[in-house]
Amino acid sequence: MINKLGPLLALFAIYGFFAMIAPASFRTTGNLELMAIQTASVGTAAIGMTFIIMSAGIDLSVGSIVALASVVIAVLLRSEAPPLVAALSGIGLATLCGLVNGVVITVFKVVPFIATLGTLLLVRGVALFLGDEQKVDAPRTWLRELLSYLPPERAWMLLPPGIWLLIVLAVGSALMLRYTRLGRHILAVGSNEQTARLCGVAINRVKICVYMIGGATAGLAGTMLFSRLNVGDPTSAGGMELDVIAAVVIGGGSLSGGEGSILGSLVGAMIMTVIKSGCTQFGLPTYTQQMVTGAIIVGAVALDRLRHRTTRGD
Amino acid sequence: MAEAPVVGTPAADGRTKTRLEMHGVSKSFGATVALDDVDLLVEAGQVHALVGENGAGKSTLMKVLSGAHPADKGRMALDGEPYAPRHPLDARQAGVSMIYQELSLAPHLSVAENVLLGMEPSRGGVIDRREMRRRTKDALRQLGHGDISPETPVYRLGMAERQLVEVARAIAVGCRVLVLDEPTSSLTQKDVARLFALIRRLKEQGLAIIYISHFIEELREIADQFTVLRDGKTIGGGKMGNATAEKIVGMMVGREIDDLYPRSERTPGKAVLTIDELSGERKPRAASLTLHRGEVLGIAGLVGAGRTELMRALFGLDQIRSGSIQLATFVGPYSPNRRWTQGLGLVSEDRQGEGLATSMSVADNLTLSELGGLGPVGMILPREQDRATQRWVDKLRIRCDSPRQPVSRLSGGNQQKIALARLLHHNVDVLLLDEPTRGIDVGSKAQIYALIDELTCGSSEPGHEPRAVLMVSSYLPELLGVCDRIAVMCRGELGVARPVSEWNEQLLMFEATGGERAA
Repeated sequence: MINKLGPLLALFAIYGFFAMIAPASFRTTGNLELMAIQTASVGTAAIGMTFIIMSAGIDLSVGSIVALASVVIAVLLRSEAPPLVAALSGIGLATLCGLVNGVVITVFKVVPFIATLGTLLLVRGVALFLGDEQKVDAPRTWLRELLSYLPPERAWMLLPPGIWLLIVLAVGSALMLRYTRLGRHILAVGSNEQTARLCGVAINRVKICVYMIGGATAGLAGTMLFSRLNVGDPTSAGGMELDVIAAVVIGGGSLSGGEGSILGSLVGAMIMTVIKSGCTQFGLPTYTQQMVTGAIIVGAVALDRLRHRTTRGD
Repeated sequence: MAEAPVVGTPAADGRTKTRLEMHGVSKSFGATVALDDVDLLVEAGQVHALVGENGAGKSTLMKVLSGAHPADKGRMALDGEPYAPRHPLDARQAGVSMIYQELSLAPHLSVAENVLLGMEPSRGGVIDRREMRRRTKDALRQLGHGDISPETPVYRLGMAERQLVEVARAIAVGCRVLVLDEPTSSLTQKDVARLFALIRRLKEQGLAIIYISHFIEELREIADQFTVLRDGKTIGGGKMGNATAEKIVGMMVGREIDDLYPRSERTPGKAVLTIDELSGERKPRAASLTLHRGEVLGIAGLVGAGRTELMRALFGLDQIRSGSIQLATFVGPYSPNRRWTQGLGLVSEDRQGEGLATSMSVADNLTLSELGGLGPVGMILPREQDRATQRWVDKLRIRCDSPRQPVSRLSGGNQQKIALARLLHHNVDVLLLDEPTRGIDVGSKAQIYALIDELTCGSSEPGHEPRAVLMVSSYLPELLGVCDRIAVMCRGELGVARPVSEWNEQLLMFEATGGERAA
């Protein structure tokens, strides 16, 4: 039980710590809402990354796919496409990127690290090409509302619609992992690929699915990023893949596969936001945030390993 | 059973010398008592067999000896001097070396680098390569294998040679007590003979050797003394020459084993699996056989003869080059997925690497190939999964806390039963069992033999036709005890399947090593 709750307890502890010592502005509901909004992109992409890491894979191209999706949406909006069509196109293209990752990894047997390192550069290049190497300004549409502060007349929603979308997606994914054939197969492939093969699991199909899910969530993360900035920026989200991977790892995901949870990954993403926000409110420079976050990542994994060792005392 | 006094045979000067003493060693992990007041005395120049079922405490005792775990209680002495290693390197320097079942060599390093790993001779931080070569060469020569070059990278060596390098590693640091843990499990018959010659040589040089193995016949051949552990306690011991195999097995399991290989009335039915001139990428070569319902067909042969490749080809895990496979009414090569649905299941020889996903739960492993029917609209409800699992856990008497327990926490015997239960959960008609009892305890072995008999005679399942079993094993008494017919595979070629009454161990071994037999 402590396995699942560990990250959650850490989140509360860190939040409590800052709530005690940081200025009062940290504790306001407004700041909570802001932190939720700041977590949305990384959190969404972390859902897909959880699937990938549980299957013993890795996806380094997430940041580039996020940028590509935001550029595609901006370009389409600029040519007056309906916002829904623009968003779905961005997500669709992102899913296609995931498909490419999956096919390169399964059919051409390139290890995930290298395959997605390649698409990291490739997709970033495509994004720069589409955006003509600069930010693409887009007309203001309802997509902007996805992740902005709620106006008072819609306070009954409690959270911006984008956050609700993330919650629904997370719950759906967690259920899918636990209660469906694909979910169990993903876990089996990550735990021991040979066993999965022996048991008749269609390994390539499972892996391609996993990377497509990763691409799709990255596309949605790109939509959210676009919603916050209202520009398509081909240079945005550089290095975001590392934040996403960190979120999954803090949440209990193991890079050797077979372990991880959706809730854990979201909590991992939130922990990083809380640290960022707390340090900012404190007026601490950015480098302290980085130092603290780095220590948390290593500390979380070290603690996890330590626990594994003490429970296997045979 | 009273503990027999452990007395060594007199050495050349007429006196025995106790090399290692362990007195009253106890060790607990949380609430689990792994060792309870264990005594072990090992003489210099003797091979001492340590026997017991899996989980009896052999590994824990050896971990205490090698400094991997500190003992809670008890004392140890080496040549009369108090001995209390704080960590494995400490033990190694004191002269206690372990050689594990899974060899622990770094394949990319050379023989010399492996032999002196962790204690490289150096001058001012720079490794003295000449000294390294010299000491490695000395150690290898002492083992009678001066022919192995210290410069060879280990990945170029075969299994038996790698084991030799491990032994050389022990010799090179002046080992006094050598522990061999299941050293023959991955060796061919010929390599076993070479290993035994080596052990005898080390014995003559005055080493004390602790030998752990599940193969009683093997122990009777090589060991001078034995000690039996059960449930963390010393049950007894004595001279090997005075003990029968039945007596030792009886001490291990704590009850009399009267019929290890039950054999009910089996009536072979129609053919369910027919292969004709089947050839794989390299092995097998043009193999043909027919398997009937209500029959156990065994395949004997040396490791590397192509038996596993044959099983994998049948199951669609390996490519086939030519020939045909007919399974019931299905023809042609297929994927594992198809094979399962056609009613064929495989238990892999490599339990840890392939057979089971050890980090996953008992329930997940058992139901992985067949997740249907475990909930509405294709959903998988953990409750249903657990219920399906519990049924087999009860039937096969698998010892686990719950269906949610990770497989890695279970003993080898229980793990193997889970791998087998998967086939039963899937309700397959034809079972391919590749080394189904490798490395598991005698009690579990007996249960698996009884299960195979039950499945093939069909008596236990009214309304279900008898199933068919194709079984590969390197353990000849088991094949002769369980099978109805046996065929021998040698260098990729499969011989004729003959009734078990026409075989004995000598004939099987003769054909397995390439001897021709008059028809």
